Amino acid sequence: MEKTLLKRFAGIVATGALFLTMSAEARNLQVSIEIPRLNVAEYHKPYVAVWLEDESRSATQIAVWYDVGMRNNEGEKWLKDLRQWWRRGGRALDVPVDGITSATYGPGEHTLEVSIAGSDLAKLAPGKYRLRVEAAREVGGRELVEIPLTWPLEESELPLSAAGNEELGRVRIALASASDN
Amino acid sequence: MKKNFTSVLVAGLMAAGVAMQAEAHRAWILPSSTVLSGDDPYVTFDAAVSNTIFFPDHVAMGVDAVTVAAPNGKTLSLENASRGKYRSTFDLQLTEEGTYKVGLASSGLRAFWKDAEGKRKMWPRRGQQANDAEFETAVPKDAKDLRVTQSSRRVETFVTAGAPTSDVLKPEGVGLELVPVTHPNDLYAGEAASFKLLIDGEPAKGAEVVLIPGGTRYRDSQNEISAQADAEGKFSVTWPSAGQYFMEAEYEDGKARAPATVRRGSYSATFEVLPL
Repeated sequence: MEKTLLKRFAGIVATGALFLTMSAEARNLQVSIEIPRLNVAEYHKPYVAVWLEDESRSATQIAVWYDVGMRNNEGEKWLKDLRQWWRRGGRALDVPVDGITSATYGPGEHTLEVSIAGSDLAKLAPGKYRLRVEAAREVGGRELVEIPLTWPLEESELPLSAAGNEELGRVRIALASASDN
Repeated sequence: MKKNFTSVLVAGLMAAGVAMQAEAHRAWILPSSTVLSGDDPYVTFDAAVSNTIFFPDHVAMGVDAVTVAAPNGKTLSLENASRGKYRSTFDLQLTEEGTYKVGLASSGLRAFWKDAEGKRKMWPRRGQQANDAEFETAVPKDAKDLRVTQSSRRVETFVTAGAPTSDVLKPEGVGLELVPVTHPNDLYAGEAASFKLLIDGEPAKGAEVVLIPGGTRYRDSQNEISAQADAEGKFSVTWPSAGQYFMEAEYEDGKARAPATVRRGSYSATFEVLPL
């Protein structure tokens, strides 16, 4: 299990992007994920994975947040608990992966931005997909939220959103101007 | 693994005390986890022969004969093996990514007959494993009602670190074996899984299969799922819920090598089915 140096995930930025009329390929895919504040005795930040899955369940990885700070990479031991993500390619990755992995986040709304042209998203064939967001929390629960979508994304149909009940709050998909990045 | 098959199995079952209890009890090896991530993760196992599935209530399984086939084809040793009253435990560190097969297997002749006084006799004796070479001397030439069976038995489970591999799933061609079509560490509730049963390397047509979800102690019925292997030895199951499952398959035919007339194989395994 060879490791590469952890690099800061540069794709997560605070956004307040203006929507401009331009082709989707020149835009950034923006995924906002709300992590609810939970009133529990023992709270750990959730592990979260985000990926886009086609109808044959083949995955394009977008993000995974896990405990990167534990000694001896012990955080990786719990990656399997994101069990659908693990099955949809997580287990074949040598984490950390530049541009995909980053540290866990606490309660609040967190926004991921991925350049469509500069990532595997540019290679996607047009068609039906599901954005899947999975969260698993140590001594907590696990939840999978998914948003069906058609690729390429149409500005007029955005934002798309869905919400979880326990471990995830609202998940929202939008397009942002790449130039704001 | 194949090279040592006979000797390993003979030793194994004697130690296990499993051979004769097989009829009435269930022998199982239960991993603490089957899908693992991270660097060199550990799995701990319970092994027992019991009435209630995955609940040690009868006798510990002897684990001296348990072998571990690693993804790279090497045979690993168990760590921290310990035998208790009702169960044995051992650990295994998955230092390499891929799928590991953990289990024991045995095969040999068994004979039943009546002596001159009409008393029932059997060889090998209860709890013992036959050395096939001793058949000629152990069983009288004039034995009445002689029945000789060629019996084989396997108890297995599978664990995977990282992405699943299939090198350890290749059949050895001895006794009743399971060849997964669906990977045994990629099983999900609500999904169908397919398997193939082989007897001495050939399709085990008509083999009877029973699958029972763990936790029988906390419900009134066994919730058995039955299946039968088709002409290619295949069967499939749709997992009704997540959990640990005990699978048992039985096969019998008349195609035994002399002096046996009946060929009999049993196979059991533990599978973990995850929630989708």
